[in-house]
Amino acid sequence: MLAFVVRRLLQSVIVMLVVAFIAFLVFRYVGDPVTSMLGQDSTIADHEELRERLGLNQPFYIQFYHFVTNALQGQFGISYRLQQPVAKLIMERLPATIELALASATIALVGGVVMGIYTALRPRAFTSGVIMTASLIGVSLPTFLIGIGLIYVFAVELKVLPSFGRGTVTDIGWWRTGLLTESGLRSLILPAITLSLFQLTLIMRLVRAEMLEVLRTDYIRFARARGLSTRAINFGHALRNTMVPVITITGLQLGSVIAFAIITETVFQWPGVGSLFVNSVQVVDVPVMAAYLVFVALVFVVINLFVDILYFIVDPRLRDGVRSGK
Amino acid sequence: MTDLPHSPEQPVVAAKVSRWKMFLASDIFWSYRRSPVTILASIIALILVLMAVFAPLLAPYDPFNPATLNLMDGMTAPNTESYTGKYFAFGSDNQGRDVLSSIMYGSRVSLFVGFAATMFAMVMGVGLGLVAGYFGGLWDAFIMRVADVQLSFPAILIALLIFGVARGVIPANQQEGAAIWVLIFAIGLANWAQFARTVRGATMVERQKDYVAAARILGVNPFLILLRHVLPNVLGPVLVIGTIGLALAIIEEATLSYLGVGVPPTQPSLGTLIRIGQQFLFSGEWWILLFPAITLILLALSVNLLGDWLRDALNPKLR
Amino acid sequence: MTEPVLSVKNLIVDFPFHNTNFRAVNDISFDIMPGEVVGVVGESGAGKSMTGSAVIGLIERPGRITSGEILLKGQRIDNLPEADRAKLRGKRIGMVFQDPLTSLNPLYTIGRQLIETIRTHLPLSEEQARQRAIDLLTEAGIPKAADRIDAYPHQFSGGMRQRVVIALAIAAGPELIIADEPTSALDVSVQAQIIKVLKELCSNHGAAVMLITHDMGVIAQTADRMVVMHQGKIVETGTVGDIIRRPREPYTVKLINSIPTIASDRSGAPASAPANDDGAFVQIKGLVRDFELGGGSFTKVFKSKTEIFRAVSDVSFSIQKGKTYGLVGESGSGKSTCAKMIVGLIRPTEGKILVDGHDVWAGGAGERERRKRVQMIFQDPYASLNPRWRVADIIAEPMRTLGIATNKGEVEGRVADLLNKVRLDPSVMRKFPHEFSGGQRQRIAIARALSSQPEFIVCDEPTSALDVSVQAQVLDLMRALQDEFGLTYLLISHNLAVVRQMSSAVGVLHNGVLVESGPTDDIFDNPQADYTRMLLDAVPDISKVA
Repeated sequence: MLAFVVRRLLQSVIVMLVVAFIAFLVFRYVGDPVTSMLGQDSTIADHEELRERLGLNQPFYIQFYHFVTNALQGQFGISYRLQQPVAKLIMERLPATIELALASATIALVGGVVMGIYTALRPRAFTSGVIMTASLIGVSLPTFLIGIGLIYVFAVELKVLPSFGRGTVTDIGWWRTGLLTESGLRSLILPAITLSLFQLTLIMRLVRAEMLEVLRTDYIRFARARGLSTRAINFGHALRNTMVPVITITGLQLGSVIAFAIITETVFQWPGVGSLFVNSVQVVDVPVMAAYLVFVALVFVVINLFVDILYFIVDPRLRDGVRSGK
Repeated sequence: MTDLPHSPEQPVVAAKVSRWKMFLASDIFWSYRRSPVTILASIIALILVLMAVFAPLLAPYDPFNPATLNLMDGMTAPNTESYTGKYFAFGSDNQGRDVLSSIMYGSRVSLFVGFAATMFAMVMGVGLGLVAGYFGGLWDAFIMRVADVQLSFPAILIALLIFGVARGVIPANQQEGAAIWVLIFAIGLANWAQFARTVRGATMVERQKDYVAAARILGVNPFLILLRHVLPNVLGPVLVIGTIGLALAIIEEATLSYLGVGVPPTQPSLGTLIRIGQQFLFSGEWWILLFPAITLILLALSVNLLGDWLRDALNPKLR
Repeated sequence: MTEPVLSVKNLIVDFPFHNTNFRAVNDISFDIMPGEVVGVVGESGAGKSMTGSAVIGLIERPGRITSGEILLKGQRIDNLPEADRAKLRGKRIGMVFQDPLTSLNPLYTIGRQLIETIRTHLPLSEEQARQRAIDLLTEAGIPKAADRIDAYPHQFSGGMRQRVVIALAIAAGPELIIADEPTSALDVSVQAQIIKVLKELCSNHGAAVMLITHDMGVIAQTADRMVVMHQGKIVETGTVGDIIRRPREPYTVKLINSIPTIASDRSGAPASAPANDDGAFVQIKGLVRDFELGGGSFTKVFKSKTEIFRAVSDVSFSIQKGKTYGLVGESGSGKSTCAKMIVGLIRPTEGKILVDGHDVWAGGAGERERRKRVQMIFQDPYASLNPRWRVADIIAEPMRTLGIATNKGEVEGRVADLLNKVRLDPSVMRKFPHEFSGGQRQRIAIARALSSQPEFIVCDEPTSALDVSVQAQVLDLMRALQDEFGLTYLLISHNLAVVRQMSSAVGVLHNGVLVESGPTDDIFDNPQADYTRMLLDAVPDISKVA
């Protein structure tokens, strides 16, 4: 178990280094940082002086080393657009994104798993047909259109929920939360639903497909031939086997909720990291782009690590180092 | 030995059946005919594609010719006559542009970007998937690790990043002309991994099959084996992913354009039209938003339905 | 007169498909008496498995029982509501499936699966159920059952898992066990033990057995009575001895005649090989193949030492021109690895392969000689023909690649000729493989192998995917072609009877080592190695009818 975790950790570090390298290339070679920082009316001497100060004349690998050590301390430079440290910008906006992501991940997970099981166990029921059709429409609807639609119905026509922003927020230390006030919670509803719908559809279809696959296996047939109750077969045998593959993909899907938040945050003008990123891409604010890339990779790697360990706990074959179930 | 009888199993008679008749008799066509939803989806998709392709011939107005625009025609509601006496079936926007014509030209951009990006992703993904699956080893480990990492990020994020980088690299005066190609490149590069992973899996299955071994025994060139033996047998799933990928690419293009990082405003796609329309959501000019949105949904949904049907039709086990 | 445990009367099972109705079981009737073992035998598609599924009530959609009755101890069960039928399963009718590797839930210990089954049907406490589970496992021949009860399925071998499956089927003391090909996925040596366990356990617990199998040998050694099925109908019913010795119906006669036996007198038997090895056409000298175990290439970067598994260890034999050498062995014995090295698919770690004096692994020249002289026929005719190619292109590929014929008319003429040789109508060359049956596909594969005009053909289990009657035809064809073209065969098979019928010399592989090699009759009639003796004893054969 320990060896497994260590190996996984090592792989995670390699992935992070590769991502950091890409971020560094973006940071260093996209546009000219000196021109971006000094603006049009500056002298060549100014340029040279800044190049020296930023260490841009040093060898390539030294620059990369500095980039990594700075990144480890949370230093990603100054945003060209906002003229503030990138780390500060991200930390300010992080709570908004995390609260949104957690809320929608919960909706997606609970809704997706429950509906997936239901449609797999009752494939011919009318409700299942409705859910499956709705899910197909769900994956065909761009997230931003769902957001706009919800705004139109609940904010413009019914006027029951706010259409943008986080509402009233409270500071707990550096964490600015919207969960403690009524207006904050009401503001969360529409963005959270919008963000969750796509993941919910994916998780539901995945759970359904895996469950149907498992229900066709020999051991389920054998369990039926032994006269076990339908309940024991569906929820004891089939569900647990379904969960093995579902855990991986679901874990990764939840990770990508953070990244998917880009669109939702833009539609609802939610002051999170995603909208910061979109605004930065529009004006090629390179330090923010690079930092965001590293941030998302970190989220992905951490979730991946948890998923692997969880996998290990669920499947006894992995504990013995057996590669396949055959 | 001449007295050995012919195979007593069912007699083999040469049937001269044309490919077309084979197709009509096939399970795929049968499942198509049996599914009214699929028939409807294919008709809608066909209409939308034809509408986009022949937009210059079909569109009632040219929304990009400033000479024909008149601000006095602005904000005309659907199915009413404008101030200058023009008729706009789907209404007009604030500049007096016909929404219907804008949609036709916009679908043209959306579909072009969608098709081109999907083709790019398909060629790249299928190629790399074949190589990874067939040759294995370090190439496989490298290609698939990159694909795995990329697949765990949403395509839209990858496309945004590539788009942002390209903006920084391409000189400012060429950005507008290059924008559409950058978009195709970004969406294509964001979607190759799905193809690669599927093709690799299918290739690894096919590679183990004895017909490949038979060709290897003869010393057939590995690339010829890939091209002539393996590729035709992995095309089924590629077709499915390609169809669903087309829907995804169209949605991604619309999303990028909606976020304001897609096609330039001089060549508005459906996403751009929706972005513009959203400004008028609160002021009551709903048609500027609604009609492009419906077109986009119909396009994505019909293509997705076709992909879904194709998957079921090609995989009888799931039926 | 005692009442039968199971009585099937005029059973019909239909599978309605979109434009046709497939009648899987067509008006069959039979009885099974208490404690009796009844074999249901037939080729694929005979409806034997479907009969088993109908009895236990697990027919899959869209199949359904159209008419007929199924009675368990005189009580009609086929028309019971699903909930009541479920109560019969396990409690009164148990079932054993073919593949023990997929029959057990991989995520639960075998103990949990046993206890769950026992407690579903019997009013026992957790402790009592556990004790019963341990007793059952011990009875099924699991050593140290009390320790191993908390192990997961993947920690057992295939044979051990099938013992667990049998223990599970009998756990609640059913009156009838349906065993559907219970040993077909197992090696010969394990097969015999499992049959024994099944028989013993069932007789100890007073359960009758309905044994479904395609293997007449298994029935011959196990069953009291047998039911022969063909295309959904019962052809013949009677005691096993009667049917095997005196079959009445033409189909049964044909079926029994086409079964090769390790004891039968060999009509047209190949003459024994001369002992002189040096002049032999094919010489295999000290063949060795190692595989590295564990990890993909990515993990190899982190791991310095890799385990080595020796799949083939110092194998030497030779084949005279125009003769057949049979290589037998169970799964994992390394026989397929040998075949792959000989045809050039994997490189030997050590050793030499000489065909007509040319070393086939000696650089470009050796490779060219090999391609000209050596061909292969594969096991699964469904996987060995590219499904997207027409028959003409499949057969033409070797001659085109080797430049034997390039012009279109000439290629077509040769393909037509080859199809005639394998007794297929040349007009089929426009068709695709999926339009043919398994036996016909294997003929196409043989035509492809002949297309490069080889002298030596490696046949890797050429008939093990085929039904026995088809197997006999393909073997006849192979023999005829050998005579006509003077071909040399290496016949690789797990089926001892097929090898005895076909080859003049035999080698026995066990764990990569050639334990015995020599003229066929010597090995079969007077085996020297313990392993060969065990194998010959274990093989179910119709000559061993009880």
